[in-house]
Order: sequence, then structure tokens, then C-alpha cells
Amino acid sequence: MLDFPRWKVWSITLVILIGILFAIPSTLPANLKARYPAFLPSATISLGLDLAGGSQLLLEADTADASKQRLAAKEEEVTQELRRNEPRIEIGDISTSGGRLSFMVRNPAQVDAAVERMRTLTQPVDGLSGQRDWDVQVVDSSRIVMTQTDAGMTKALRDAMTVARDVVRRRIDPQGTKEITVINQGQRRILVQVPGVEDPEALKALIGQTARLEFKLVDLTADPIQVQQGHAPPGSQVLPHVDGGFVAVKRRSMVTGDQLVDAKQTFDQQNGAAVVSIRFNAAGARRFGRVTQENVNKPFAIILDDKVLSAPNINEPILGGQAQISGNFTVATANQLAVSLASGKLPVKLNVIEERTVGPDLGKESIEKGVIASIGATFAVILFMIVTYGRFGLYATLGLIVNALLILGIMAIFNASLTLPGIAGFVLTIGAAVDANVLINERIREEQRRGRKVLDALETGYKEAQTAIFDANITNVIAAAIMWYFGSGPIRGFAVVLLIGIVTSVFTAVNFTRMLVALWVRKARPRQLQL
Amino acid sequence: MPLLKLVPDNTNLDFMRWRNLALILSIIATVASLALVGVKGLNLGVDFVGGQMVRATFAQRVDVERLRNDVEALNLGDASIQESGNPRTYQIRLPKPAGGESAANRAASQVRAMLGQKYAGSRVDSVETVSGKVSEELATDGALSIALAMLGIAIYIWFRFEWQFGVGALVTLFHDVSMTLGFFALTQLQVDLNVVAAILTIVGYSLNDTVVIYDRIRENLRKFRKMAIVPLLNLSLNETLSRTMVTSLSILLALGVLLVFGPEVIFGLTIAIFLGIFVGTYSSIYISSPILVWLGVKPDSFLKSEDREDAGAQKA
Repeated sequence: MLDFPRWKVWSITLVILIGILFAIPSTLPANLKARYPAFLPSATISLGLDLAGGSQLLLEADTADASKQRLAAKEEEVTQELRRNEPRIEIGDISTSGGRLSFMVRNPAQVDAAVERMRTLTQPVDGLSGQRDWDVQVVDSSRIVMTQTDAGMTKALRDAMTVARDVVRRRIDPQGTKEITVINQGQRRILVQVPGVEDPEALKALIGQTARLEFKLVDLTADPIQVQQGHAPPGSQVLPHVDGGFVAVKRRSMVTGDQLVDAKQTFDQQNGAAVVSIRFNAAGARRFGRVTQENVNKPFAIILDDKVLSAPNINEPILGGQAQISGNFTVATANQLAVSLASGKLPVKLNVIEERTVGPDLGKESIEKGVIASIGATFAVILFMIVTYGRFGLYATLGLIVNALLILGIMAIFNASLTLPGIAGFVLTIGAAVDANVLINERIREEQRRGRKVLDALETGYKEAQTAIFDANITNVIAAAIMWYFGSGPIRGFAVVLLIGIVTSVFTAVNFTRMLVALWVRKARPRQLQL
Repeated sequence: MPLLKLVPDNTNLDFMRWRNLALILSIIATVASLALVGVKGLNLGVDFVGGQMVRATFAQRVDVERLRNDVEALNLGDASIQESGNPRTYQIRLPKPAGGESAANRAASQVRAMLGQKYAGSRVDSVETVSGKVSEELATDGALSIALAMLGIAIYIWFRFEWQFGVGALVTLFHDVSMTLGFFALTQLQVDLNVVAAILTIVGYSLNDTVVIYDRIRENLRKFRKMAIVPLLNLSLNETLSRTMVTSLSILLALGVLLVFGPEVIFGLTIAIFLGIFVGTYSSIYISSPILVWLGVKPDSFLKSEDREDAGAQKA
């Protein structure tokens, strides 16, 4: 017991000093923090959204939409390959229903060649299994059916979610200066946390728009009555117009939003309405120029997320790669669209499935009350310990204070977030942290009652209490670990404080207070322990 | 200065004498709690049933009827309005709208706008919108996490002690969790994610007491091989009684301060843990221990492992 080597004293002191050093920045008021020397650690505990105020959104990919888009892209790819690349293969009766792309090869002799070329359009999903992202099959000897494989869909979704995460980040924070969190969660979800936002409507409007921009020629051959009923001639499709009614457009895009380099909200020079000015990249500008040249005096449709915004006439070829999108915008909505277009389209539609917003005042009040409660609880427990265990209670108290600082220090080191339930976890830990000391002290009391001498009682007390301390804390670790695994946001904050608190309280009780007791006993040599 | 002794030295209380009575009471309380949950149901928050909750603080006391009429005028479905924490703060709960997620988003904005217009000086503290899908997941995850924690801890105890102790732990936890749920059914306090966290905390801390007592029982079983099980349990309970009281009181003191002075939003979390500590202390004495008698723990329950250790020591 008294055998407390110097190196042990030093290492315990060192651990505690480091912990305190890291705890200090989080406890200093702002004005003092500014004067805190720069060479010392400056990381502070961050506040969870429920304390700092802000908005949290959970977004989920609309997988049905993703699959539809993938089919449409594949259709485009297939027709491009077979109808335009040499040797041409005539195909027809293309359909994309039931999650499959199927088409007829007109000349039965070319079926094998067509299958061969379709295979080149598929990609291996991973190198090991040799599985590809699409299955190519021939049915009824002349129809080719392409089916998305599960592995292919999973991979496509994974890629899409990575891109979507970056797009969401660019949209919310175009300058990249805000402290926002945008992370992928699971296979098809994205968690967005934006501190300081009180009304998340603007945020949702930004994320809610897929911003898939397409320019397509209006199909003038379509019968207007048929179009209003939703029927379009082959090679065309019917899309709703934002002002009501339907428009038939060619399936093939003239140019898409992928070829944009810039989008800005501006004003129309003739009527002063809010519009979005866009600029194409070189390839897009060339294509746009050529198509407009070939189609002067015909209308084309500007389509956003499968809705026609407007269908102006091509009065003259548009050669500079600049264009204007108009469509009953306010300045705010035009600005939103510009940001959305500039950040790129979302590869998959995202739905908001959970939203939590906390105003800044509630958090501030909660922190104030939390600090008062923490200090109050600490004093209550300190008083209780000292009247119960005297000198040993004082040591337990010192352990408690060191423990509280260590928790703060470790949270700062790991940059963990303090949440509202985390405050409860902190206070609970203050109450429970003395447990290890209680176990030890009670055991020492007991051993002394049994007639053991001071040193013997201390030795046995510390030794025998160890298994109980260990087993009792493991149950808390199991509960807190499960809470951490299943919990999200605030609850995780609670679990983190509990977990850290369990580790630090065992450390302070078993090492720190033991050291204090050993040093005292060595110096004072008491004949009897007042306990 | 004389030290405070909550429990006098060398107590010799005959806890086990009351074990059958305590068992009957515990069974009645557990069944009553579960029945209460079945009959009255739990007041599940938006976390578990989906929908929206707007928490707002007003400049002065608000006539709840007027607030209800104003919210209902928005035609957002059956709204429920509850005072929350203090008489100026209210929770307005709206059901999941039929029109999918975007409709839900609009509903919150409408309430926000209405409050700003009709209640000067009011402030929206928080808005939570949870879709049906997420709420179902949260409910499943919550139930699963509590079940896993209970099982995990029971298995751990089984490994560290004997199977009877593991069963004892599981029954104790079942009792404690049932009582906590019964409390929420009785008071109709809102059950949200925080309450799940509270129950997991109770699961951890209730067993804390139990483990300390079990540890002592094991020690005494090895020490006094001739002693009958009932007196041995009494001895172990008495020896650990002072520790049980001091630790429980210390936790209750800290939580009591938090209940009175702490943030209102975590009142539910705190009160649940507070009561859970009470229940856990009771159950560690009157459920975890007597169950060992019924499951037939005998002084030689630990003999096998002991023998093995002895043999190992001799070989070495």
C-alpha cells in the first residue's frame, strides 16, 4: 500500500495535468480565452446542435427515382451505341418498364452482334466475383432485355450518395466557410447539421431540388389533343408545364445541366424579371450552338426536374454558350435555382425524412441551467462525502474534481459534442463517480472493524474492492456502449459522457485517491483511521 | 468531528425474512405496471409515432383553449397541446400529414407563422419533424437496444458468476424496466428518445448495486462453506448495506439538484433515472438476492471453479 514508487506518482500526476490542460479552454469565459497562451492546447468541447441551436436534417435517397434515372441514362447510351456507331443496328419498340430496358433488334441476324455490343456497355461491379452491373439477355430470339443487377444498383447508389453528399455541401455552403456537417449515414442517407439556422425552410428548398436541367426540342408533330391526354409520338415524351398543361418534347436532350460552368441570378434586360443566367462549357456551347442553328424559328423547352419551365422560340442561333432561364421566378427562387445549378445536379432525389431544429435561446438557457446544476450537484456530493468519510471523503472529493476535469479534457481531445442529455450524463457521473471510493472506504471500515491494523486494513480494502469496482462498472459500460451504438445525436452525447466518466472515475478512485492516501499514511503514520 | 453513518456498524437485519412478501409485492407491482402500459398506453412522442412537435415559449401565460383554437384553425389535423416544464412553455403536437413529407414541412412553417402573428413576444424553441419511416426505426431500435443491454449484461454476469446470478440479473432488470414503463404510463409523461437513454442508464446502474452484492455473496460463499444460503445472503446484504445506501444517496443527491435546477427539456430523462435508482436499489436487495435461494445456489456453487483453480495452482 505504502509502496508507491516515484514513477507512479509522476505518471498519475502527468495524466491529470494533461487532462486539466485540455479541460481549461472549454471552461474559460470567452474574454479570458482570447488571452490564453497559444502554445497550450486550444481545442474545446463543441456544443451539440440541441445546445448550440441550429437545424438537423436527415435525407434519404428516393431509390425508385434513382432506378428510373439510371434506366433513362442507359436507354440514351444504348440508342447512341446502336443507332449512331458503325455498324448501325436498327432497333425499335424500346421500353423501360418494370425496372428493365428492353428493345427489339429489327434484323434477327444482328441479334448476336447487338448483345456483344451491349455487353461492352456493362461494367464489372467488383474485380473478384466478376459480376457486372447489368444483365443482358435475349428473349423471343429478337428482343434484348437489360436488367440492373442488385450489386450494380448497390454500387450505383453508393456512388450517387457520395456525389450527393458533396452536392448538398456545396449548395448549403457555396463558399465552404461554415461549420456544417454533411455525412453519409448507412447506404442511402445523408445527415446534415447546420448550426445557427432557425428556420430550415430555405435549407430544405435548396436540398429538395434535384436541379436536373435539360434543354429539349418541342415536338411540333405531336397532336395537341393527344398530348393533353399524355400520349406522345415515338421518340418524344409528354412533360407537365409549370404554368399548367402539357408539352410534348423530343426524348433526346439538346444539352443538359451537366455541361454548365456557371449559373447566376440576374435580371431580364427587357422586363426586369428575375432570371437565371447560365454559361455552358466549350462542348456544351458548341452543341447548343449547332442545334439552335439547325432549328431556328422552332420552340425548345427548358426543363427542370421533369417539369417544363418555359418553351421559348429560337429566334436566332445561340452561339456564345450563354443562355437565360426565365419562369416566373422571384429573386429568392431564382437565386436558389442558380445555386442549385451551379453546385451540379443531385444524382438522386433526396427526401427529408427527419428534421430537428432548435432555437438559439433554448440552448443558452439549458447551458446556464446545466452549469448551475453541475456545480450544485458537485457541492452536494462533496459535502455528503466529507461528512460521511472525513479525510477519506476529502480525498474522494479531490478525486471527483479531478474526474470532472478529466471528462472535460478527454471530450476536448476527441472533440466530442456536449448535448443536452450529455449534461444529465455529466451530473449523473458526478453522483456515481464516488462509488468506487465508497466501495473502497466501506471495505476499509469493515476490515478495521474486524480488527485489522491500519496498513493491513487499507491494503485489504483496496485489494478486495477491486473486483466489485470492475464488475459493477462493466455493466454500465455495456449499457452505455449499446446506447452509443444505437443512439443518434443527443443520445450519443449522453453515452459518450457516461463512457468517459466510467473510465475516468475508476482511474481517479483506484489510482489518484490511492496515491493521496498512501502519501498521507507514509507521512502521518496514523495508528487508527477515523473512518 | 464524528462522521455520519447512514447505516450503523455491524447491522444484522433479517432481509430474507420478508422475501416472500417482497416477492408478492414485486410481482403485483410488475404486473400492475405492465397492465397500466397495456390499458393507458404510453404517451409516445413524435420520435416514435412520427409527426411534428413545436415547442414554443410565450411572453406570458397563455390560454390553452385559445392556443388550441388558433392551431386548429390551421386545419393541420388533431393537435395536442401540453404545458412543458413551465407555465409559459407549450408543446404543440401535430399528427403526420397525409400528403407526405413536404406537407409536414409546411405544417411547421404555418404554426411558426401563426405564433409570430397572434402571440407577440412568443419564441419557437424547437421544431421536430419525424416521418413514419424514421419513427418506426427509432421505436424498433429503442426496444432492441433495451433488450440487448438487458441480455448482454445478464450474459456477462453469467460468465463472471454462475447461471443463477445471470437469471437473477435478467429478472431484476425486467422488473426495473417494467416499473419505469409503468411510471410513464401512469403519469403520461412523454416517452421520447431521452427516455430510452434513461432506461438504458437504469439498466446499467440498477445492476451496479446488484453486482456489488453478488460479488460479496460469491466471496462469502467461498469463505463460509458451511453456512446456509439464507443467513449467508443476509450477511452479504448487511455487509454491503452501507455502501448501497451511500452510493444510491450520492447519485440521488446529484440527480435531485439536476431535477430542481437543471434544464426543463431533460426533466423526463432525469426523473426516470432518479426513480430508476430507487427501484434498482430495492430490486438489488429484494429480487436479485432472494432469487438465488429459489434457483438453488448452494455454498458449493463456486466449488467447481475453485477446484479447477486449485488444481491449476498445484500443477504450476
